[in-house]
Amino acid sequence: MNEFLDPLLLSRWQFGLTTVYHFLFVPLTIGLSVTVALYQTAWVRTGKDEYLKLTKFFGKIFLINFAMGVVTGIVQEFQFGMNWSDYSRFVGDVFGAPLAMEGLLAFFLEATFIGLWIFGWDKLPKALHLATIWVTAFATVLSGYFIIAANAFMQNPVGFQINEAKGRAELTDIWALLTNKVALAAFPHTIFACFMVAAGLIISVSAWHLSRGRNIETMRISLKSGLWMMVGGGALTFLTGDSLSLAMVQTQPMKMAAAEALYTTAGPASFSIFTWGTPDGVSELFSVRIPYLLSFLSTHTFDGQVEGINNLQAQYTATYGPGDYTPLIWVTYWAFRYMIGLGILAFLIAGIGLFLTRKGKLPTKKWIWKVAIWGMPLPLLAMILGWVFTEMGRQPWIVFGLLKTQDAVSPNVTGLEVLISLIAFTVTYGILAVVEFKLIKKAVQAGPAELPQADAETGITRQETTVY
Amino acid sequence: MDLAVLWFGIVGFLFVGYFVLDGFDFGVGMSLPFLGRDETDRRVIINTIGPIWDLNETWVIVAGAALFAAFPEWYATLFSGFYLALLVILLALIVRGVSFEYRHQRPELAWKRRFDWMITIGSAVPALLWGVAFANIVQGVPLDAGHNYTGSFFDLLNPYALLGGLTTLMLFFTHGVVFISLKTDGELRERARALATKAGLITIVVAASFLLWTTLAFGTLASAALSAAAAVALILSFLANLKAREGWAFGLMAATIALAVLSLFMALFPDVMPASNDVANSLTVANASSSQYTLTVMSWTALIFMPLILVYQGWGYWVFRKRVTRAHIESSVAASH
Repeated sequence: MNEFLDPLLLSRWQFGLTTVYHFLFVPLTIGLSVTVALYQTAWVRTGKDEYLKLTKFFGKIFLINFAMGVVTGIVQEFQFGMNWSDYSRFVGDVFGAPLAMEGLLAFFLEATFIGLWIFGWDKLPKALHLATIWVTAFATVLSGYFIIAANAFMQNPVGFQINEAKGRAELTDIWALLTNKVALAAFPHTIFACFMVAAGLIISVSAWHLSRGRNIETMRISLKSGLWMMVGGGALTFLTGDSLSLAMVQTQPMKMAAAEALYTTAGPASFSIFTWGTPDGVSELFSVRIPYLLSFLSTHTFDGQVEGINNLQAQYTATYGPGDYTPLIWVTYWAFRYMIGLGILAFLIAGIGLFLTRKGKLPTKKWIWKVAIWGMPLPLLAMILGWVFTEMGRQPWIVFGLLKTQDAVSPNVTGLEVLISLIAFTVTYGILAVVEFKLIKKAVQAGPAELPQADAETGITRQETTVY
Repeated sequence: MDLAVLWFGIVGFLFVGYFVLDGFDFGVGMSLPFLGRDETDRRVIINTIGPIWDLNETWVIVAGAALFAAFPEWYATLFSGFYLALLVILLALIVRGVSFEYRHQRPELAWKRRFDWMITIGSAVPALLWGVAFANIVQGVPLDAGHNYTGSFFDLLNPYALLGGLTTLMLFFTHGVVFISLKTDGELRERARALATKAGLITIVVAASFLLWTTLAFGTLASAALSAAAAVALILSFLANLKAREGWAFGLMAATIALAVLSLFMALFPDVMPASNDVANSLTVANASSSQYTLTVMSWTALIFMPLILVYQGWGYWVFRKRVTRAHIESSVAASH
């Protein structure tokens, strides 16, 4: 077969591309929905105009972003069946349940209440209108839980048995599935990281205005809330990342070994900041290391034994038969490092920012503002690299220990068909990314809108009835 | 009760919900070139579905997920088999969805017009292709022993399926235009009603031919009865529109679509995707469904949450029950730009 038209390779690229793209919008939706809800709550409680302006301003950015999240999300659900039909046949009995629950419990709620929030400003009483954004925020977080639970099954399959006659995995325990220890660890880690992503945007936007002396009163508040959110979210992401790596070592030791490019089992094991290996990837030539750290990350003891890639490869060959059970080491190694590094960098920038803005001060140096403005994508990049690590580190498995990615692709979909769809998505997504970026930039630079004044005769303040 | 049969019903219900609700969104989108004479009109038209189109579209996500959970084999065969058709639907839904959000972001008329066209095309394409897809499911497609579709994209474009596509296109168009007459006022409302009459005549001819073909070729007693009921509802909707009873016209149009979709599901049952080449390869309610345990879990979930979902969605519709008028748009111009 022509290797450029290999349906497996093209389907993997398509899934990677569409998922990463979809995921540019998801963390902002989750993080911003909660932030906007908080601003609106502050407005309802204090009645201060600044909070209302912030609610509407970040609400607008949230909505531009939300539409993209919705429409690219449909692709996610459809392509399991379109490109990965043998995967769907094999795991549908288990994997379909959390997806259907996500739809029934979260998506309907989110879609109904976001409509009520956008268009309901002058149709609902103040408190009820506030409740609609909280319900929306709750639903976005809830949908995150179900999707993480579904993904956790791929990392650490639980609550199922194999039905040999039907050739598929079947659900035997929904609670085991929903309380998968990988899901319980990955969910808070992901949600807190979403707050970091939203915080990145809020800090950047606020810094852009403040550095130009615009909208000082509102942007001062949002800068402060963004900085605190980054620091708080960062600390919690760090702590939950620790418990996630423990769960990972227990369920997928190969992934941790690949994260560290640890070829030979070691105890105590050191953590390398940088490793240079032989081209065949079987051994390392040079590295810069922190002693004991990998042992601590993996076992919470300083001299715990950490299994190496070569040892695990031998174990897996014995268990699952001949084959290559090693993920692409350079991808897992660098993705893991950059995830941590960029996350810490964003956290530190925000920490310094809090110090510089203490007691209502604002920095005057231009370069400080530049760092705040351009630091925005750091947590987003870190988060995407985290997912690249999680998914690539599971390879060659699509469901760990049960089904390989190469056996999951649709057998009847041709390479040409996948190529057509890959090109179509790339072009469409590319164009939309440009439009989306320009619109968000425009909305950001326009700044918070002045609030409509109360009518002199009636005393009634008109809000928007029609948004479109 | 056989839970697989129950889930065949639930999947049917979710697709009925999707086609009835997003059906009029598609119609509203398609009607823009016919009814939107100026920018204010077009904004009125789009704002009739502003708060609800996203919610309506969510029905297809939930229907797809329910299909995945309850009938993984059906989901896998259908989605991989109809690959390119679904790709086109996805692209259309993406373009349509972002266009609602993007069109009002800039004041230039040229910018808005570009997205108006994308809304129209992004509405017409899925309206046509959903009908093509469902007609093919009813008619049966070639499947191998592993339940994989063995035909090509162009095999899907056969006369019966194209008539099915034309039927959903016209049903949704008329549904949307009737919806506009129900949700707007003044001259636009009158023009919508007049357009609904013209479109209604074509719809009656197209839909009646399709339902008759379905009944003669694939019909059961139940599907025939539902088809007949759909035809009656369609004619009554047409008459209600003539008499300017917009609420009735809309309700009956919704009933028409619901009954027609149910008719197709009854024509399918107990198959879910018949194999046109060899009956032994057909997917049925029994051989395509999930395990009893999964269906039990999902049944409880649906039983508890479906009523709640219907209540809050109903409330959402109730909040936005008022007609959208030119005056609304004109008074909010200052607020939004």
